[in-house]
Amino acid sequence: MRKRYIVLTAYIVFLLLPIYWLINMSFKTTNEILGGFSAYPREFTLDSYRTIFTDPSWYGAYINSITYVLINTVISIVVALPAAYAFSRYRFLGDKHLFFWLLSNRMAPPAVFVLPFVNLYSAVGLFDTPWAVALAHTLFNIPLAVWILEGFMSGVPKELDETAYVDGYSFPAFFIKIFLPTISAGIGVAAFFCFMFSWVEMLLAKNLTSVSAKPIVAAMTKTASTSGYELGLLAAAGVLTLIPGAIVIYFVRNYIAKGFALGRV
Amino acid sequence: MNKVVNNRAWWLVLPVFAMVLFNALLPLMTVVNYSLQETFGNNEFFWSGAIWFEQLLHDDQFHASLLRQIIFTSIVLVIQIPLGLAIALCMPRSGPWVSVCLVLLALPLLVPWNVVGSMWNIMALPDIGLLGKAINSLGIPYNYTRQPISAWFTVVLMDVWHWTSLVVLLCYAGLVAIPDAYYQAAKVDGAKPWAVFRYIQLPKLKHVLTIAILLRFMDSFMIYTEVIVLTGGGPGSTTKFLSIDLVQKALGGFDLGPAAAFSIVYFLIILLVSWLFYTLMMRDEAK
Repeated sequence: MRKRYIVLTAYIVFLLLPIYWLINMSFKTTNEILGGFSAYPREFTLDSYRTIFTDPSWYGAYINSITYVLINTVISIVVALPAAYAFSRYRFLGDKHLFFWLLSNRMAPPAVFVLPFVNLYSAVGLFDTPWAVALAHTLFNIPLAVWILEGFMSGVPKELDETAYVDGYSFPAFFIKIFLPTISAGIGVAAFFCFMFSWVEMLLAKNLTSVSAKPIVAAMTKTASTSGYELGLLAAAGVLTLIPGAIVIYFVRNYIAKGFALGRV
Repeated sequence: MNKVVNNRAWWLVLPVFAMVLFNALLPLMTVVNYSLQETFGNNEFFWSGAIWFEQLLHDDQFHASLLRQIIFTSIVLVIQIPLGLAIALCMPRSGPWVSVCLVLLALPLLVPWNVVGSMWNIMALPDIGLLGKAINSLGIPYNYTRQPISAWFTVVLMDVWHWTSLVVLLCYAGLVAIPDAYYQAAKVDGAKPWAVFRYIQLPKLKHVLTIAILLRFMDSFMIYTEVIVLTGGGPGSTTKFLSIDLVQKALGGFDLGPAAAFSIVYFLIILLVSWLFYTLMMRDEAK
C-alpha cells in the first residue's frame, strides 16, 4: 500500500515541477533569470505581472481568449444537447453513420484545416473576430460534446421521458424543466472539456486572428520573439493562463473522471 | 436500451449537422480542390490530376517526417499507456485525497499548448533551467537545441508530462466502475494481486483503454504547437513532425497543391489507423 503512494506522490511531484519552475521564473527579473541558475527568486519582483495588467495588448489578449472560449462552449453545448438526446433515444435514418462522421472530425489535424479555415472565415467576413475562432473550434468540440452528453443521457432511464409525456409535458417543456436538470453533471463535464480544448488550442486561434481579436496564445509567441527574450514576462503570462483552467477544474473535480468513461465509442 | 425508430429525430440533429457541415465539409472540399489543381496566382487554377499525390509519394521530406511521426507516436503510446494505467492503480479509491489527486493530475491538461512548450523550453535550458542543469550536473552532456537525442528526449518527456494524466483519468474512471463484488469474489478465491489485475481489472478496462489509445494516437499524431515552441522542429529537422511540415508547406511556401495533397493523405492515415484499431478491438468484444 505504501509503495503505491510513493509512486503516486513521485508522479505528482513530476507534474508540478515544471509548473513550479514557471511560477519561479515569473517572479524573477530578466537579469536574474539570464544571470544564472537559482531554485527560487532572490530578487522577488512583481514587475512582469504589473506589465501584463497595465498593458492593453496583454490583458486585452486574455479577454479575447476568454470571449471565444465562452462563445465556443455555449454554442457547442446548446447544439449538442438535442443531438445527443436524439442519438441516445431514437434510431433514425443514417444515425450510426452520422455519429461516426461526427467523431471523425475529432481526428482531423488542425494543421489540415488552417488554410481552408482562413479562406472560409475571410469569405464570410468573420476573420479576426472571436466568432471565427469560436466557430472553428466547434469542429472538434461539438463531436466531443455530443459523445460525452450521449453517454450521460443513455444512463437516464427512458421511463423518465415517458412519465413526463403522460403527465402532459410537451417535448420542449420536458427537455428544459426535467431532463436538463437530471443530466446537469453531464453538461458540466461536457462544458469542461469544451472549455479546455478551446482554451489550450493555438494553431487555429493564432491564424484566424490578426490584430483586434488576438488571443493570449498568439500574444505570447509574438512577445517572446520580438522583444529579445523576456523570459520573466513570458513566464508570468503563462502562469496567468493556468488560472481559468484551475478554477474550472475545481468545480467539476468530482465528475471529470466520469466524462469519457460513460461515453460509448 | 431499446430505441424507438423515429426519423423526426433528424430535426434534433439538424443544428449539429449544419454546423459540422459548414466547418468540415466546405474546408475539406477546398482542400480536395487544391490538391487536384495547379495555380500560378491570380486565383487561376488548372486541372492537374493526381500529380501532387504522385509527387508526395516520392517526396523524401514527407517520408522522413512520416517516419519521425510514427516513431514519436509509438514511443509516446508505449510509455503513456502502461504508465497511466500504473498510476491509476496507485490512486486511492475513496477519501478526501481523491479530489486533490484528480485536480493535480488534470492540471497539465489545462495548460495552453504553447505554454506547455515554453514551460519545457525554460525548464530544459542547459545553463539556467532545472531539468537541463540537473542532467548536465550528472555528467551527461545535454543541450536540446544542439543534440537531436536531447531534443527527442525533451519532446517525449514533455508529451508524457502533458498527456499521461488523460490516460490516468480514463483508467481511474474505469477502475472505479468495477463493482466491489468482483474483488470480494477474488478475495474468497485467494487471488494474488497480479491475478486480480490480469483477470478482473484489465478485461474490465478494455473499453476505456481503447478510448485512451485512440485519443493518444490521434492527438500525438497531430502534435504541432508544443514542439514548434520547444524545438521549432530542430535541431535541423530532427523533430519536424507531420503537422510542422504541413504548416510550413501551407502557410510558408504557399504551395497550395502539394500542401493539399499532403493534408488529404495525412487525414486519411489517421482515419484509417483509428478505424482499423477500433474495429479490431470491437471484433474481439463481439466474440
